[in-house]
Amino acid sequence: MILVYAESNEGALGKSAFEVVTFGHKVAQLLGKQCIALVLGNAADAGILGSYGAQRVMQLSDASLDTFDGRVHAQVIHEVAEQLGADVVIMPHGPKGHATAGRVAVRLNAGCLTGINAIPTLEGEHLVAEKDVFSGKAIHRVAVTGEKKVLTIMGNTVKPERSGTAVDVESVGVTPIASTLEVIDRQKQTSDRAPLPEAELVVSAGRGMKGPENWGIIEELADALGATTACSRPVADTGWRPHHEHVGQTGVAIRPNLYIAAGISGAIQHLAGVSASKCIVVINKDPEAPFFKAADYGVCADLFEVVPKLTAALQNRS
Amino acid sequence: MKILVCISKTPETTSKIKFSEDATELMEDGLQYILNPYDEWYALVRAVELKEEFEGSVTVINVGPASNDTVIRKALAIGADDAVRINVEPASAMSVANHISDYATGKDYDLILLGKESIDYNGSVMGAMLSEFLNLPFIAHASGLTKGGDAWEIERGITGGTERVRVNGTVVVSAAKGMAEQRIPNMRGIMMAKRKPLEVIEAENKASSLETVGYAYPAEKTAVKMIDPNNMEELVRLLQEEAKVI
Repeated sequence: MILVYAESNEGALGKSAFEVVTFGHKVAQLLGKQCIALVLGNAADAGILGSYGAQRVMQLSDASLDTFDGRVHAQVIHEVAEQLGADVVIMPHGPKGHATAGRVAVRLNAGCLTGINAIPTLEGEHLVAEKDVFSGKAIHRVAVTGEKKVLTIMGNTVKPERSGTAVDVESVGVTPIASTLEVIDRQKQTSDRAPLPEAELVVSAGRGMKGPENWGIIEELADALGATTACSRPVADTGWRPHHEHVGQTGVAIRPNLYIAAGISGAIQHLAGVSASKCIVVINKDPEAPFFKAADYGVCADLFEVVPKLTAALQNRS
Repeated sequence: MKILVCISKTPETTSKIKFSEDATELMEDGLQYILNPYDEWYALVRAVELKEEFEGSVTVINVGPASNDTVIRKALAIGADDAVRINVEPASAMSVANHISDYATGKDYDLILLGKESIDYNGSVMGAMLSEFLNLPFIAHASGLTKGGDAWEIERGITGGTERVRVNGTVVVSAAKGMAEQRIPNMRGIMMAKRKPLEVIEAENKASSLETVGYAYPAEKTAVKMIDPNNMEELVRLLQEEAKVI
């Protein structure tokens, strides 16, 4: 049986939950097993996960689980996995998965592979999965040989796919251990744009912007697309933009469908965090900017002229 | 305050990555190794800052062969007091966590720090495994860490924002950007590092449930298509019809 940990945040299931259940459904089909989704916390409408391929949806609506503690979530996931006899546990590769997957793997004595970015295959009796390694310069194919397996999945690895109907939510017979963490403050991102790791469209800008006061044209381009804004490391380090917008090797690694980079030269450390994007557009006035080599489409011109033109063209698109 | 910092070595980002003919092994020759930036810039530097503020000791621990001593000496030059190397070739994050847990058990650390991931395999998983072996709380993606009385106050990344959490007693923390600023070791630090203790502990490798099937290079990018800056309508059309991303 495939147990999928569908992440909920502030009482709602997000895109990552639909993706990871879609992924779990495909792994279940590959192995000829059942797919069961597990929701921890007070998310409404968890039964919807049935339509993304979960045959059963289990939920533990204990209010204490809304304060995230990986130790508590791992204990509950482990006990549910044992009760139901899970062979594979699948989670999203994000802050919650990072605090939980390793613990579940230790508890289950499982083979644990994190950051997978494609549907696994069966080679003989082994489940073989792939992930990007060495800053996107190589792909590592790994057989997860343990009897039990824990896998985490990169965002945007699969598109959420509806393949069934919503199901009734079953409650979980596990008592969570007490958390030793106390949340004292929470800062939400103020914009209503999608969080960066989940965003399908990203507009990013770098030092070519000359100063934080010029970011209006980037915001307008992002608005025209419904995209999330991002930036390069020097821009975050000098405080022009907040740290959470920094994409690249030491910031957030993303794999959106579209990545538009304006005024970013494309140092290898930046590429490491964005090269898995499906389509890359580079706007730079320097024809020698290394980023052009990694781009699908390039515009060699002054970004202050090109970006507003692109925004206008997007606003007028059919 | 007794702090343990877990460090790893990674290929330098600009290194050319080459594999053996059967594509199952990374070729070591010609590869430049560095201290993993998350372990160095954020975890280790914050540990040294805390030691400077509260006194105590910072021990760095690495699981790996003797060739790792170069990056371990760098950690000592940055300000760790002593180092431990478990002398086995690390087989997986699970085996690394298992070895470090064996070492740390019973040593009463107040804090165990590590980087949020290594920049080679980007697993982001060792910290949670270590915490489970040691039965300790774990905070992932921490961008701030301070001590107030008996409690740690930690700022951590969550989906769509950050939150501050408080936890008492020993905690394992994985460090992300914002935790500290990179420190360049000075000559005195480098000289002192040569005399600081580096204990080598022999160990048997632990079983791993992961086997490399092979490595591959990503598909070559097709050549970039340059678009006339005065024809952004064409770019929009290509994004819609050719790339099909909008």
